[in-house]
Amino acid sequence: MNIKLKIWRQPNAKSKGRFETYPLNDVSSEMSFLEMLDYLNNSLIKEGKEPVAFEHDCREGICGSCGMYISGRPHGPQHKTTTCELRMREFKDGQTITVEPWRAAAFPIIKDLIVDRNAFDKIMQSGGFISINTGAAQDANSILVPKKNADEAFDSASCIGCGACVAACKNSSAMLFISAKVTHLAQFPQGRTEAEIRVKNMVAKMEELGFGGCTNTRACEAECPKGISISNIAKLNREFFVAKLKD
Amino acid sequence: MSKLNSKIPDGPLADKWTNHKASLKLVNPANKGKLDIIVIGTGLGGSSSASTLGELGYNVKVFSYQDSPRRAHSVAAQGGINAAKNYKNDNDSIYRLFYDMLKGGDFRAREANVYRAAEVSNLVIDHYTALGVPFARDYGGTIDNRSFGGVQVSRTFYAKGQTGQQCLVGAYSALTRQIAKGTVTMYPRREMLDLVIVDGKARGIITRNLVTGEIERHSAHAVVLATGGYGTIYYMSTLALNSNASATWKAHKKGAFFANPSFVQIHPTSIPVLNSYQSKLTLMSESLRNDGRVWVPKKQKDTRKPNDIPEDERDYYLERRYPAFGNLVPRDVASRAAKERCDAGFGVGSTGLSVYLDFRDAIKKKGKKVIEENYGNLFDMYEKISGESPLETPMRIYPAGHYTMGGLWVDYNLMTTIPGLFAVGESNFSDHGANRLGASSLMQCSGDGYFILPYTITDYLASDIKTPKIKTDSPEFEVAEKEVSERVKKLLSINGKETPTSYHRRLGKIMWDYCGMVRNEEGLKKALVLIKELEDEFWKNLKVAGKAEELNQELEKAGRVMDFFELAKLLCTDALNRKESCGAHFREESQTETGEAKRDDNNFSYVAAWEYKGQGQEPDLHKEELKFEYVKLQERSYK
Ligand SMILES: Cc1cc2nc3c(=O)[nH]c(=O)nc-3n(C[C@H](O)[C@H](O)[C@H](O)COP(=O)(O)OP(=O)(O)OC[C@H]3O[C@@H](n4cnc5c(N)ncnc54)[C@H](O)[C@@H]3O)c2cc1C
Ligand code: SF4
Ligand code: FES
Repeated sequence: MNIKLKIWRQPNAKSKGRFETYPLNDVSSEMSFLEMLDYLNNSLIKEGKEPVAFEHDCREGICGSCGMYISGRPHGPQHKTTTCELRMREFKDGQTITVEPWRAAAFPIIKDLIVDRNAFDKIMQSGGFISINTGAAQDANSILVPKKNADEAFDSASCIGCGACVAACKNSSAMLFISAKVTHLAQFPQGRTEAEIRVKNMVAKMEELGFGGCTNTRACEAECPKGISISNIAKLNREFFVAKLKD
Repeated sequence: MSKLNSKIPDGPLADKWTNHKASLKLVNPANKGKLDIIVIGTGLGGSSSASTLGELGYNVKVFSYQDSPRRAHSVAAQGGINAAKNYKNDNDSIYRLFYDMLKGGDFRAREANVYRAAEVSNLVIDHYTALGVPFARDYGGTIDNRSFGGVQVSRTFYAKGQTGQQCLVGAYSALTRQIAKGTVTMYPRREMLDLVIVDGKARGIITRNLVTGEIERHSAHAVVLATGGYGTIYYMSTLALNSNASATWKAHKKGAFFANPSFVQIHPTSIPVLNSYQSKLTLMSESLRNDGRVWVPKKQKDTRKPNDIPEDERDYYLERRYPAFGNLVPRDVASRAAKERCDAGFGVGSTGLSVYLDFRDAIKKKGKKVIEENYGNLFDMYEKISGESPLETPMRIYPAGHYTMGGLWVDYNLMTTIPGLFAVGESNFSDHGANRLGASSLMQCSGDGYFILPYTITDYLASDIKTPKIKTDSPEFEVAEKEVSERVKKLLSINGKETPTSYHRRLGKIMWDYCGMVRNEEGLKKALVLIKELEDEFWKNLKVAGKAEELNQELEKAGRVMDFFELAKLLCTDALNRKESCGAHFREESQTETGEAKRDDNNFSYVAAWEYKGQGQEPDLHKEELKFEYVKLQERSYK
């Protein structure tokens, strides 16, 4: 198939960016979206032009690197799919596809489609962990966890930290990301003692780093490649409320 | 004279580690803060090392080329992590886990190390559970286990098909806690481009800031490599695309011996190559073989749809050939059996290079819901790529390059032949022999970092407490930085016609054809010639777009491919030297009448540790004899 790509080009954080248009012929519908970009880059290099910088690593939907905006949607048109898992069979011959980086104040652009998501790590540093010292843990089966809780924890923990939720949100809120972490840890008896500090610190950090607040528009849930549910946000609010009550 | 001293402690196997720990020196907490340690890599090996060393009070600097530690390649591990907990009361024990690993590795691993890996495995699970890793649980609230290829007990801990991600998020959270406390400093988007040696000791590294292109110097009292495996040498592999061998290779060129490079595991259950643009092969966890049955049609080139082929026209060749283990035979056995069937013309799919993995019978027996529950996300992954649901039609699978058992040679203390340079996880050679037992790598990476290295590195540093901060303005740093800058310039200046990826792809094909699932003398010799030719062309005709002083992904790739050429030659040399078959290393000249791997314990019961002798020089082979005091060497049979 033949397609037309409109891609955001920006050499670095300081310079101004703009869209460039590239026609691309002989694209196979079996290619993944990133393989199509490899193919584009190969021809750009042959023409003596600079290839498009984009982030990727695992190429199987688990590392969370490959975030980009495709035709107005984070990770493209397919539900619950990362960019690397997206296949060209989802597009039509002759289609124009717009490709942009995540746009959020807390995620500054580094180059072309690559943004800096270090803010997520900073949020995690503010409390996204259970404080235990290495070597001090009891036998794993001495902490019983109901299967239901373990399964729910797993569902929340499957967040890959890609940032699509932030990119999808009109307020650039990181609530879905934080709520997934808070809910994951809230399902376990271990780490309970610091639960209140955890939720307060993480929410405060989010605000400090320039993410917006949540106004329940649900765009995050709709675009999350891992299907993280906004019921996590309800759980986070509950945890936050209880923590605040005790202040 | 060999320069290898493995430092295996005396005494009975089960007491070696305990006794050794008691003899290791300590460093006073007040002194730890004066000592700097560099850790490269934030996978399970690196995150576990860095967080624990930080927690102990050392000054830790941790580097990775990813933007966040959470994205290290360990995130992709699917199936599970082993431990000898015997939670299932199926008569598992540390000894059995040890024995299975040693046998799985075809008796080409060091007894003492393997035993210790099994010994600390239980602590690893306790630690992850305490960190909140959501392992699968039974209704009673206890942890569930499953079995994995090559073993007859259920000792594998898992979190659906995301065990690696869940463990890494756990390890990352512990690391994060230390970063917040200030004991660990994280340097993301940095690539280590050289190791700096001062007075014979590893004292620092040269990195490239992948955003600005700046070449930087970092010093420390000791350096830990946790940079993962080199399976991407095949271009098509199950590894993350950016995985590479550069850090270990640079260390090798500075004096660290490289052990058993040819021991590369080919994983039997990957999604096959579907088209020529493909950039990687996606693994389908081996745990699928617990319920999936592998088969091909009995008729050659049968073009019927799999569900139209009746039961008596299907050849369940693993169950037929290996009745005791059936679909759960180890990876090398399953891989070669698939290749054998496909080569004989029974393969399926448009290329004839795949076999079926069928869940029909398991769904009949256990119900769709149970099967979906166990393998749901793997099925989704498969469906996204192939467009077919494994619940309706059998999966198509084929072997792919996966895990590297070779790596930097380390002694019992995980120290390489360069004093002060340690290697953990997949970047060392130590625990897996010729064929890694499934689910034992996550276990080893974590065990190395949480429970072994922190003790042994402390012993090394105990004699360094008087050494002040290492300066980065010494001639050694100067020279190393200059070399790195010149290499970067050289790669950019060739200005030929072919991209780094194109060379990588061609190198990968040579490796797969001649040093892949089966090897022979003629092929390996040919490969050495072909690699050299391609490498010469690379230096004449490479084209790297962009500049040095900016984010430049083509430059990154070029540097990695450059190192792969050199490693490829060592891989073939090692494979050529080992005139026996063992585990994943299958020399055609050495097989039994029924086509199984034939080991030669009289001549090859050693670790091959290669010493770099200079550009264009033949490497020197050092042999570490493997002594087996506690197990009887046996033919590795799964019949
Ligand atoms: C698809 C797949 C599935 C797997 N499933 C399982 C499983 O179920 N069970 C199991 O036990 N094992 C499994 N394995 C194997 C296991 O995942 C790996 O062996 C293990 O995770 C390696 O961990 P590591 O810490 O040694 O390295 P990695 O996780 O590969 O980390 C390497 C780190 O080093 C950094 N790095 C590398 N080079 C440089 C450099 N030059 N400069 C700076 N940083 C650098 C990277 O940024 C990264 O942070 C699987 C492997 C694959 C590919
Ligand atoms: S919640 Fe979903 S969209 Fe947000 S970072 Fe996690 S996986 Fe990505
Ligand atoms: S490249 Fe890892 S999730 Fe897409």
